[in-house]
Amino acid sequence: MAGLELLSDEGYRVDGRRAGELRKVRARMGVFAKADGSAYIEQGNTKALAVVYGPHEMRGSRSKALHDRALVNCQYSMATFSTGERKRRPHGDRKSSELTLHLKQTFEAAILTQLYPRSQIDIYVQILQADGGNYCACVNAATLATIDAGIPMRDYVCASSAGFIEDTPLADLNYVEEAAGGPQVALALLPKSDQIALLEMNSRLHEDHLEQVIEAASKACKDVYAVLDQVVRDHVHEVTTLLGE
Amino acid sequence: MASVVLSEAEKVYIVHGIQADLRVDGRGCEDYRCIEVETDVVSNTSGSARVKLGHTDILVGVKAEMGTPKLENPNEGYLEFFVDCSANATPEFEGRGGEELATEIVNTLYRIFSSESTIDVKSLCINPREHCWVLYVDVLLLECGGNLFDAISIAVKAALFNTRIPKVRVLEDEEGSKEIELSDDPYDCIRLNVENVSCIITLSKIGCRHVVDATLQEEACSLASLLLSVTSRGTLTCMKKLGNGSLDPESIFEMMETGKRVGKKLHTSLQKILDKEESLGTTRQKVSD
Repeated sequence: MAGLELLSDEGYRVDGRRAGELRKVRARMGVFAKADGSAYIEQGNTKALAVVYGPHEMRGSRSKALHDRALVNCQYSMATFSTGERKRRPHGDRKSSELTLHLKQTFEAAILTQLYPRSQIDIYVQILQADGGNYCACVNAATLATIDAGIPMRDYVCASSAGFIEDTPLADLNYVEEAAGGPQVALALLPKSDQIALLEMNSRLHEDHLEQVIEAASKACKDVYAVLDQVVRDHVHEVTTLLGE
Repeated sequence: MASVVLSEAEKVYIVHGIQADLRVDGRGCEDYRCIEVETDVVSNTSGSARVKLGHTDILVGVKAEMGTPKLENPNEGYLEFFVDCSANATPEFEGRGGEELATEIVNTLYRIFSSESTIDVKSLCINPREHCWVLYVDVLLLECGGNLFDAISIAVKAALFNTRIPKVRVLEDEEGSKEIELSDDPYDCIRLNVENVSCIITLSKIGCRHVVDATLQEEACSLASLLLSVTSRGTLTCMKKLGNGSLDPESIFEMMETGKRVGKKLHTSLQKILDKEESLGTTRQKVSD
């Protein structure tokens, strides 16, 4: 792309970050009173809202109930004004359905579903402003919302994207870097055990570079984990103070 | 609509309280809950607003795009509304569950904005019959805590007040073909005049009295409600009766008078807040949530 350098000679990206630097992460838990668990996260200019209902009895068809574990039901939806060009349908299109399935897969790996047989856990994620890393912001927000709902999980699920440009792996891509067309990897990680819940890669990448990129994404996930952990601890501290413990 | 299940005893408690002009949270029959309005929350839009009315949370984004004027009004631009009942509010809205409510809200919004004096659509025209501004107003329902229509109308008015449409110039060259040039300065824009945009006031009839700004519990006790669209001068532009119960004409006239009174007060407070927020400019604190 002429005129727009994704990585300058001094090592700065388009928004002034270094190659391995994350965007500013700000998160809040317990934003909605009516839901069992809710969280809001801002990663740079990407804003995501996650709400969790459950575990509760199966809604709709009882036949879909699993006899030994809980069913995790997700919905990924983008606000019509979230992208630069107006989106006509908030959900139901192919991209949203694909991301919905990815979220389901990710959280089924992390939530201890064996504790709630024949029940359902709903995770609804809404993107309010999209500036790259939509899936990752959703996973991070949904993790916080699940913790807020008190649903037991194996570990936090932290997600981050990574790209590869001029032999340097970049962590946490924004919209401009994603649209440039280079290889991108989205990684959802359980940080303590280093287990990968979801790995997705687009475009072409030589397999020699794959390890570097996954390393960069893992490190970014662990950085996100540090931030999310602090958010949870601060929130619990605030809530217990208000309850007068 | 999202609803709560109330026992008979709770309903009786609410109805008796209202007969004595005392609601469950201590408000009078004509008082609104605390309303929080914040504009310019989403950066990708031409204008946006977020309104929190008790437990009801609405986010509105306005995007201005160029389009062709409609055949019957070639010298005017137009507004398009879209409502998304997000599953965040209640699991019943998942998938296509929220479409019924969304359609009802969209139709009400179209009816209110169909009157010519609401928004000056002639200023949205760039080239008669060829180009005009189309304002896509997208409403996102984040949480349902009763009194949706009021909150949505306040949010739409605030978002339209916040909308900045870039100024364009039409250049004609020798062959007669027109080119549209966008001004280079990002702050050079036209603002909309929202003085005549009306707000919706919903009055719910509970027992023999009517209340403004009903919570979910109060809505479950009310048999019928009247939806009024009131302008800042106290003129009624639209009226609709909701609910299964019936209203007798006496009550309707009483409710109309209350609606006009409450509407004028609501408009003055809203305009004051919007002007105050505007005057703070970049120094204001963002509560963005």
